[in-house]
Amino acid sequence: MTIDLTRAGCILVVKVQGELDLSTSPVFRDKIETELARDENIRHLVLDLKDVSFIDSSGLGAVLGRFKSISQRGGKLVGVEVPPHLEKLFALSGLLKIMIICPTVEDALNTL
Amino acid sequence: MKTNYFQVKFPSLPENISLSRVIVASFAAQLDFTLNELEEIRVAVSEAVSNCIIHGYPENREGEISLELTIDNGILDIVVVDYGRGIADLDLAKTPAYSTDPERMGLGLVFMESFMDEMILESEPGKGTRVVMRKKPERGKGHGGNRE
Repeated sequence: MTIDLTRAGCILVVKVQGELDLSTSPVFRDKIETELARDENIRHLVLDLKDVSFIDSSGLGAVLGRFKSISQRGGKLVGVEVPPHLEKLFALSGLLKIMIICPTVEDALNTL
Repeated sequence: MKTNYFQVKFPSLPENISLSRVIVASFAAQLDFTLNELEEIRVAVSEAVSNCIIHGYPENREGEISLELTIDNGILDIVVVDYGRGIADLDLAKTPAYSTDPERMGLGLVFMESFMDEMILESEPGKGTRVVMRKKPERGKGHGGNRE
């Protein structure tokens, strides 16, 4: 799994590639939490999930954990380019009720 | 279709979860599962093997996981076994959103039950846990088996 972090003002954009499971979700968590701890000005989190080929409840838990982190700052969590197999699990887990879904990163940046 | 089986044992390392998904999906593809059904099977197996690592062998304790796959009469059976801590209260473990970890959603067993036709969980504290999951392709349902 690879994770690329980019900044757009107070928004941290995280592009995730690969599988998000018990093996890889700690890396996902640590990379984002390190960046959040490093920069208090980050307000919102955008997850670009286009290239996530697999997710299970461990990966969903890692997304939920980041929702909690960004919510504590008064920010929002946005998922973009969410593939259908992920969106189905987001719906079943209840994540769709707490995160915003946008078609593209651009749309997310315009929404926030 | 002829009866087929495949068995593998591996240490309870998180790196092996991905490999177990690949093995099960490749084996399951011998039946007429849709891509959506294969994805559901991959999630169910991932949850079962993850549970062995998280709950069977907690605190990075290394143990062995057994994965047994069978195709018989057009039906896929997946058996995942660990020889670890076991589950003291099966009813509590099956409660949706029951988790002791803030990074976890407590949905592993829910997904396994939702995505497979049958899921049987057996456990004995101190001896381990055995989960049996069964699924038949939707396209084959209603036609019975076509055993050779």
